[in-house]
Amino acid sequence: MTGRIAIAAVVLAAIAAAAWAAGSSRVARPVVSIAKPGQCVEATEVMRRDHMKLLMHQRDRTMREGVRTKTHSLAGCVECHASAKTGSVLGSDGFCQGCHAYAGVRLDCFECHASKVARMAQNELPK
Amino acid sequence: MSEIRGCGGTGKAPHGATGRGPDPLHDSNRRGFLGSAVAALAGVALAPGIRLIDLAGARAPEQAASGKVRWGMLIDTSKCATGCNDCVSACSRENGLQDTGRPRTDAQWIRKIDLRDLRSQQQHSAPVMCQHCAEPPCVDVCPTGASFKRADGIVLVDKHTCIGCRYCVMACPYKARSFVHQNLADQKPEVPRGKGTVEGCTLCVHRVDRGGGPACADACSAAGHGAMVFGDLNDPQSAVAQRLRELPNRALRADLRLDPGIRYSGV
Repeated sequence: MTGRIAIAAVVLAAIAAAAWAAGSSRVARPVVSIAKPGQCVEATEVMRRDHMKLLMHQRDRTMREGVRTKTHSLAGCVECHASAKTGSVLGSDGFCQGCHAYAGVRLDCFECHASKVARMAQNELPK
Repeated sequence: MSEIRGCGGTGKAPHGATGRGPDPLHDSNRRGFLGSAVAALAGVALAPGIRLIDLAGARAPEQAASGKVRWGMLIDTSKCATGCNDCVSACSRENGLQDTGRPRTDAQWIRKIDLRDLRSQQQHSAPVMCQHCAEPPCVDVCPTGASFKRADGIVLVDKHTCIGCRYCVMACPYKARSFVHQNLADQKPEVPRGKGTVEGCTLCVHRVDRGGGPACADACSAAGHGAMVFGDLNDPQSAVAQRLRELPNRALRADLRLDPGIRYSGV
C-alpha cells in the first residue's frame, strides 16, 4: 500500500515538474510588437495598468481646455507605437489591437481618432 | 462673495433661535467660502505669469485656453464673390470632410449663402458656419453637456459625451451643426470624427491652439480675397477688432441676442 502511494506521489511530482518546465507556453500570450522599443512616457507597469486613465485625463484637458501637450496624448501613442509595416496601431499584430483582442476589451478610440501616423495618413489623402 | 455671506447669515438665524447647536451645512458653507477666498488669492498670485505669456503672443501648449480672449471673425461680404468656394474647400481639406456623393446627409461645417434683396436686386454672397455665440442655444439644450463653450469663446462638441440626440441641430438658428450618419475612415489625426455624433465648425481649434487661424480665413486671404479676418475680439490692437471699428457690421439674427463671434459686414 505504502509502495503504491509512493509511486503515485512520484508520478504526480513528475507531472507537476513537467507542467512547471513548460511554464507560460501553455498559456496564450498577447501579440505585442513594439516598433520603437525604449522608455515610454511612464514606467511599463504604470502604462499597462493605467494608460486608459492617462488618456482619459488628457482627452478632457485637450477637449475642454485646449491643452495640447504630447506626453499623454493618443496621437503621441500612435506616433511611437504604430507598426513599421502598416503605420497603424490596429491590425492583428498592431500594438493597441493585439493586446486589446487578447484581453477582450473593446477598443473604440479609433472609430473616430486616426490610427495611423500623421505622416502616412497625409500621404494617402487626395491632393 | 457678498452673496455667500448673505446665504450664511440667513441660514444661521433660525438655527440660533431654536438653539440646535452648530449646523454642519452652515459650517461647510464657511469652509466653501474660505476655499474660494484662498483660490481667489492664488489667482491673483498667478495673474502676472499669465499676463506675461499673453503679451508674448501665442499661448504655451500646457496652458489652458483663457477667458481673456474671445476668438471671432469679420466677414466682409463686399469682398466675397458669388461662386467662390475657396473657404468651403479649405475647410473640407483641413478637417477631412469627404464627399460621399450624398449631399443631403454629408457633414457641412461651412456653406456659401447667396442673398438677393427682392426690391433692389442687390446680391450678396457670404460663408455661414458656426457663429460661436456667447450665449449658444446648442449648449443650452444639450442633455449631456457635450455641446460646450470653451473659455475663449469657441463652441465645440465633446464627441466623447455626445449621444447623437441632435437637439443642438434643432436649436441652432444658423443650421451650423451636422450629424455623422455613417462609419468614417481615414480621419485627420487632429480632427477626430465618428458616426453617431454631432459636429460643426470648430474654428479650426487645433490651429488656433498653436497660434494659427482657421483654414477658411487663411485660404481666403491666401487667394487674395481678404473677405475673412480672424482674431481676438477682446484685443483692441488685433486686425479683426480694428476692422470691426472701421466697417459697419452686424451679427446674423441679431434679434436673438446670442452675441455671435462671427460678424458680417455689408449684409
